[in-house]
Amino acid sequence: MSKKTTVKAGSKSAAKKSVKASAKTAVKGSKKASAKADNFGGLSEDLLLRIHDLMVKSRVLEERLIKIYKAGEAYFWIGGPGEEAFGVPLGLLARKGQGPAYDWFHLHYRCTPTMVALGMNMVDSIRLIMNRATDPSTGGRNFANHYCFPQWNVAPVTSPIEVQYPLACGTAHVQKRFGKKALSIVTGGDAGTAEGDFASALILASRKGQELPVLITVQNNKFGISTPFEGQHGETHIADRAKAFNIRARVINGNDPVETYLAMQEEMEYIRKTGKPSFIEAHVSRLYGHSSADGANKKASMVDPVFTFENRLIDAGILTEKAAKKIWEIYEAEGVAAQEQARTEPVPTPESVWEHVYVDSENADWRKF
Amino acid sequence: MASVAQAIRMALHYGETNLGVKDIFGQDVGAPLGGVFTATQGLKTAWNSPLDERGIIGMAMGIAMGGDKCVAEIQFADYIFNTIDLLKIAGNTLWCTNGQVQLPMVVMTPVGAGIFGSVYHSHSFDAWASRLPGWKIVMPSNPLDAYGLMLAAIKDPNPVLYLKSKALMRHKGDELIPGEPSDEKELKAMIDKPVQNAEGWKPRWPDLEEYIVPIGKGKITHEGEHITVVTYSRMVHLCDEVAHKLAGEGISVEVIDLRSIYPYDWQMIKSSIEKTGRVLFVNEDTEVTNFGEHLAYRATQELFYQLMARPRVLAGKNLPGIGLHPNLEKNSVPQLHDIETAIREVVAEVP
Ligand SMILES: Cc1ncc(C[n+]2csc(CCOP(=O)(O)OP(=O)(O)O)c2C)c(N)n1
Repeated sequence: MSKKTTVKAGSKSAAKKSVKASAKTAVKGSKKASAKADNFGGLSEDLLLRIHDLMVKSRVLEERLIKIYKAGEAYFWIGGPGEEAFGVPLGLLARKGQGPAYDWFHLHYRCTPTMVALGMNMVDSIRLIMNRATDPSTGGRNFANHYCFPQWNVAPVTSPIEVQYPLACGTAHVQKRFGKKALSIVTGGDAGTAEGDFASALILASRKGQELPVLITVQNNKFGISTPFEGQHGETHIADRAKAFNIRARVINGNDPVETYLAMQEEMEYIRKTGKPSFIEAHVSRLYGHSSADGANKKASMVDPVFTFENRLIDAGILTEKAAKKIWEIYEAEGVAAQEQARTEPVPTPESVWEHVYVDSENADWRKF
Repeated sequence: MASVAQAIRMALHYGETNLGVKDIFGQDVGAPLGGVFTATQGLKTAWNSPLDERGIIGMAMGIAMGGDKCVAEIQFADYIFNTIDLLKIAGNTLWCTNGQVQLPMVVMTPVGAGIFGSVYHSHSFDAWASRLPGWKIVMPSNPLDAYGLMLAAIKDPNPVLYLKSKALMRHKGDELIPGEPSDEKELKAMIDKPVQNAEGWKPRWPDLEEYIVPIGKGKITHEGEHITVVTYSRMVHLCDEVAHKLAGEGISVEVIDLRSIYPYDWQMIKSSIEKTGRVLFVNEDTEVTNFGEHLAYRATQELFYQLMARPRVLAGKNLPGIGLHPNLEKNSVPQLHDIETAIREVVAEVP
């Protein structure tokens, strides 16, 4: 997919070459040849299987969310099928915890894979899309995939595109002061980079002598709802814009979890070591279109990162078809059970509108002043 | 006596020394300038941000989310408009997360007319601010309140907008801030950056004490029997002046300095209107749609049968801008004579 991936030389490791080789062999489908050629960048089999497992889990969950929407049990769906190969490694690599010693996530609405990799249960995503009072992110107040998990420093996902970028600089500033080498991670779409907040973040993160430990990422799926990449971008790579700020930047194939894992690992290490920002543009698929607004139907023309990776693992003899099938079945059953459970759970009460306008639910209703 | 700018500076110093403020930032907030109105001179945590209002608010939200206290400044409220959706998000974050994510941050910005600042240095923001649920909004009218409201804002666990009148920045009050030296010159020598040879200058801060003006509590600045005038910020002084003048003619005006726009001190307004039977709301934001209209609406709903006259709102004219020439500015925002005329009219009305 990405032929010339590196904007500023990052990794020149053998790992990268072998990843490219593997993509070719996977297409050819030559089992023997790929089993030899594909060393998966040196990642352990355990890790590869874990990544695969989480990618499947995320996909099954998202497809369940779409089904819930289509069955009329939710008002809206938006999510991240097609971004598993990017999102799962991101969630696995981050330093997970609460407070400035741990990494912060400023995610957008396509980040279910990252949440699954962090350990989110399916039922919690389903509670969110079904607007249950038990939804841990928003208490039934917000859209699908607008996650918020303070226990893992997952900032609330906001609907306005791109505002998360300067916020990431704010948490990174706090982390830098705290001095435990934690970093802030921000994700967003390619179209959203037209918003000024994107430029704000590049500026805030890169001021000389005051650089911030922030991993700035863009998931380039080539679309902003219906505006194609060419309709907005004159630049060749979005990552080139980071270069203009002396921010280390690279373009990766975000549909390949191995390439993503290695690149992200390298960039995170760089940030922790230097306290400076780094930028990753990841090319990903948008498998079910924009959202329920444009039908949420699967696009056969796009690369499916989950199946591509699964086939690669099977070709390499790391996974069997039978074992793979089992994984899908287990998660499918978990999703169905989670939906059934969420269905029985309470919805927010009308009176609860006044809760949490102010801290400790201090009176917000002017009629009662 | 300290000026409002000095009071804010001292409050911020108290905040960074005693209340955990770790960042005071915005355009020209740090050295060498220390704020275009000098309100941030000499503060140890003050730093200069890029010229980017959205970046400033976004950064402040991130700092608050990350667990640190900050006070961010927008150089003039006239330039806060391009951050309006960020302010909206800051105000809704606690609600959207069902109470999980607090954003304890202060945003301060100079507002309003009165300095002949023309179209882009005279905007008001109180009416806009009143439509940002989740924020608390304060507007001090004098140095002691400026100090006490800033401390309250810093201590509050919610986002607080601190709207400071440009025209009041050099205004001096008649009450000392606890710990402030009584000699103005001494204070100046201690905390004002010298105009010349400021290289290496460091302030000597007085031994300041905690003094809180609770958010949501107004103050009666002039007691009266015949009419209630509800106002805030710069207009307090104009209303007080008119009240003094009319007292000589036997018209007794009660002036309420609201001090907080949200939450606001309805109990104080209510008991005053119950006493006087007449009310005028005065502020300088544009009249359509004005925060005073909300208060007038409420007064009508709750106190209709106790009113002797129609409640009135005197506000800035509904114009796209405030022109630079004094004829234009003075015919755009309420002046002494406008307030006087309005009071006379309401008092003269017979049910
Ligand atoms: C500030 C803002 N403008 C418009 C929208 C409506 N909107 C929602 S998603 C979207 C497209 C975003 O495209 P991109 O940034 O490429 O991300 P993608 O959805 O493709 O992952 C738009 C325009 C919004 N949410 N926020």
